[in-house]
Amino acid sequence: MGSRKLAFIGREAGGRHLPELPFGRTAAARRGLTMLSPALVLGASLAYLLLLFVVAWWADARSQQGRSVIGNAWVYALSMAVYCTAWTYFGSVGRAASGGVWFLPIYLGPTLAMVLAWTVLRKMIRIAHTYRITSIADFMASRYGKSPLLAGLVTLITVVGIVPYIALQLKAVSSGYALLTTPLGAPSTGRGSWWLDGTLYVALALAGFTMIFGTRHLDSTERHEGMVAAIAFESVVKLVAFVAVGVFVTWGLFGGPGDLFARAMAVPELKALLSPAQQGTRFAYAQWFALTMLSMLSVIFLPRQFQVMVIENVDEQHLKRAAWVFPAYLLAINVFVLPIALGGLLYFGAGAANADTFVLSLPLAAGHNGLALVAFVGGLSAATGMIIVEAIAVSTMVCNDLVMPMLLRLRRFSQRGDVTGLLLAIRRAAIVGVLLLGYLYFHLAGEAYALVSIGLISFAAVAQFAPAMLGGMYWKGGARAGALAGLLAGFALWVYTLMLPSIAKSGWWQTDFVARGPFGIELLRPEQLLGLTSLDYLTHSLFWSLLANVGLYVMVSLLRTPKARETSQALLFVDVFDRTQASRPVFWRGRAKVGDLLALTGRFLGEARAAKLFDDYARARGAPDASRIEPDARLVQFVETELAGAIGSASARVMVASVVEEDKLDMDDVLRILDEASQLRAYSKALENATAELRAANQRLESLDRLKDDFMSSVTHELRTPLTSIRALAELMVDDPDMPAGQRQQFLGIVVGETERLTRLVNQVLDMAKIESGHAEWHNSEVDLVALLKQAGETVHELLRERGAELVMQLPARVPMLRADPDRLMQVLMNLLSNAAKFVPAQGGRVELRLYAGAEGATVEVQDNGDGVPAAQHALIFEKFRQGGDAWNRPQGTGLGLPICRQIVEHFGGRMELRPDTGQGACFVFTLPWNSRPEPAPPGASMAADGDRA
Amino acid sequence: MTIKILIADDEPNILISLEYLMKREGYEVHIARDGQEALDVVRRERPRLVLLDVMMPRKSGFEVCQELRADDAVKDTLVLMLTAKGRDTDVAKGLAMGADAYVTKPFSTKDLVQKVRELLAPTTPGA
Repeated sequence: MGSRKLAFIGREAGGRHLPELPFGRTAAARRGLTMLSPALVLGASLAYLLLLFVVAWWADARSQQGRSVIGNAWVYALSMAVYCTAWTYFGSVGRAASGGVWFLPIYLGPTLAMVLAWTVLRKMIRIAHTYRITSIADFMASRYGKSPLLAGLVTLITVVGIVPYIALQLKAVSSGYALLTTPLGAPSTGRGSWWLDGTLYVALALAGFTMIFGTRHLDSTERHEGMVAAIAFESVVKLVAFVAVGVFVTWGLFGGPGDLFARAMAVPELKALLSPAQQGTRFAYAQWFALTMLSMLSVIFLPRQFQVMVIENVDEQHLKRAAWVFPAYLLAINVFVLPIALGGLLYFGAGAANADTFVLSLPLAAGHNGLALVAFVGGLSAATGMIIVEAIAVSTMVCNDLVMPMLLRLRRFSQRGDVTGLLLAIRRAAIVGVLLLGYLYFHLAGEAYALVSIGLISFAAVAQFAPAMLGGMYWKGGARAGALAGLLAGFALWVYTLMLPSIAKSGWWQTDFVARGPFGIELLRPEQLLGLTSLDYLTHSLFWSLLANVGLYVMVSLLRTPKARETSQALLFVDVFDRTQASRPVFWRGRAKVGDLLALTGRFLGEARAAKLFDDYARARGAPDASRIEPDARLVQFVETELAGAIGSASARVMVASVVEEDKLDMDDVLRILDEASQLRAYSKALENATAELRAANQRLESLDRLKDDFMSSVTHELRTPLTSIRALAELMVDDPDMPAGQRQQFLGIVVGETERLTRLVNQVLDMAKIESGHAEWHNSEVDLVALLKQAGETVHELLRERGAELVMQLPARVPMLRADPDRLMQVLMNLLSNAAKFVPAQGGRVELRLYAGAEGATVEVQDNGDGVPAAQHALIFEKFRQGGDAWNRPQGTGLGLPICRQIVEHFGGRMELRPDTGQGACFVFTLPWNSRPEPAPPGASMAADGDRA
Repeated sequence: MTIKILIADDEPNILISLEYLMKREGYEVHIARDGQEALDVVRRERPRLVLLDVMMPRKSGFEVCQELRADDAVKDTLVLMLTAKGRDTDVAKGLAMGADAYVTKPFSTKDLVQKVRELLAPTTPGA
């Protein structure tokens, strides 16, 4: 990659020639030699920026009405696509044109990171929200004992690493503009005086936008709804524009992807480009791995990604959707990279035009000025999105972690009252400063070839944050000294092996030390350190810097005893999911005054905000007003957290320490506080568990109570019905002594029948109650099922004969013995058989009794040839008081027979069911396992089970 | 002219006793064994009064009562609900559905006859 021609966007545009195109598009191409007027391009850019303002303004307005547009996983996922900068937009095509599939790892990495490491992100979000973290520098500083030194170092690395990346964006916009407005045949305007002011103007306009939406107010959560909405909108714009160009190239200039790839394969250079291992060399696995890992790390640790993914996240749940939407976005924006690259190479001829500009120059050359303008706006949106978010993130870091600590040392500052205005001014100045630095870098290094690899160099810089960040989140032993040592070593090696050589190669410096090593010491050659020659320069740099970084971080952490404050912060970070806000330990001992803390908060957040915060806090703690708050450790922690949101945790720590009287904590104190907190947590957990158990028991009781009520209501109904007939008929006979004898006889017969029904009902209700309560007596013995069934058949034989029905028995000669209560089984059989007898037709009635012996147990079937049970009643037939069939045809049923049968069978570990749709008649089946283990059912348990079935 | 009464109940023995009782009182008695049949008979025979059991197959007494009240042709039919569920909520529900009177099972034949007479009284002046 280092060997490729790196000029980003063509200064040599004027020098390029258009070859005679092989497929008759020359005329169109010649028409395309026109250019766009500067006024049009400037106007479109300005209009686009205005539109961005409108989107951001609208989102801010909505947010103030409480109808936030960014409380949405889609917007969140789209805002993540700020990852795709102008470098993606123009550079991917350039990379693909020279390296084939080598543009891919930069997008595979983030995809892998989102899929594999979303839990890491979730933890990061939880930590950042809980402790009001405002930036990646703040995150690290806070974790390692709120160390201002660490915050400053991280900020410094970020600025050094990111400024060139911003310059790259500015350059992309300005070169794109130059390409659009310079006639294709005309000599380039070169380094003209007015145009440079144009880039400056772009930088300043973006600074203005960033200031308006990034630092309008000081927020202790550092969230910017308008900015996020605008970024999500930009992500849509750049995707649409890029895909539009891709579609145009693939189907407009060529006959679809098939045609395009077929033509490419016909050109030997392009064919070589498409094979993974180029120029006969082996596929560079190490480099592929390094690039993928690098982009995995940078998608999490780049300041702008940390800003949109962690700081601006409104709901952890959004992460789940973003975990696939963002990778899908990356896929979509990469689909047309190869087609555009190949299309450009075929159209202009290999090496004839700058591949980085294909996105613009292809539509332009084909005479589609409108599309070229759209493509330019897409590139503009990619660049502006990156610049805005990066500037906000970096300015927050510069303000909180570089400027504030210095200000805090000044005596004048400590005497100032409200400093909120000053804070905003510092951030605004930082935004302008960062953008001007970017502009300056672009201005000075604009010609330098190093610019293109700046993207990767920046990636490598932020990758240095990974060990201390990840270690800090998962390893309590990670210490401040280790983080500092690792970062310093990693950063130093990054400068030596990556930054300096790239500067040297840009021609500003002699390249001797790259080729031969400083002072001619070969072992110290920056790109082959200690004789490591087998890696390309980026993999090489990454290897050494991360090796030193991780090694020192771990070793120093293990060697040094951490301070109490580091230990307490480590606990708070690593165990962030274990504790709720209330049970989180507060590592502070000392004396404070509410008035001092209120005044301090007022200085940084404004007096009105501070008063409201204290009032809310008082209410939450049950105090009548702010003056009655207990000035305890929790209040101190509350104030410190709120301040951290505005000025960073390290500065907040210093400020709070300045107004309270603190006791120094040692390790024992930390452990004791932690112990108290865990006890508190254990108590509250035990209490929660007990409450949950009580609630469950209560619910169970309530449902049992309902079941009992239903049962009683049904029993009452069943008792009253026969009583009604008995009473009415008896009264009729009493009233009419002269009733004809036949009539009287009929009535008396009914009365006798109904009393029998009552008796049966009472017996069965008692039986049921006994079984259900577990008080039934079971006289178990070895049962021979064949003999039992024969006996049942004989008993029921007479009943069946009366109804003109026959009984058919299908029994095997012998089955294993079964342990059960023979009387209870007989009860089941009699119930099923007499039931069957009730439902057989008057003519040709037939009841079958079958027994099968299986491996697990015995199966008994009782089938009649009646009308069967309607499908609608299948589910109800085993419920209490639900009788099958017509009411008219159930003279003897109580509605408890089948439920009792099922209870008995289940007592022996078996199952009873109505075989679904046998075609003819009803078929009741029950199984009994050979090894039944009758378990005494606890009172009410089977009743509840019955209820579940209902 | 004798007054027509419909007795709707799914218990055959209750039907027998009620049929005997009402015939003894001099009414013309029709019977139905479920809710749907009750509705059909009401529309066909136009009885003055229905003795309506609540728990019946196909259509419950509540449903029958509701449909009667919604049908202009038969909405003036008097309804006396009979139920074996004597809970207050059941009584309230029956009256809300438009029943004219409510009797719980088991009932005294004298009380029932009295209630039937009361219901029919205003419409049979001079009887």
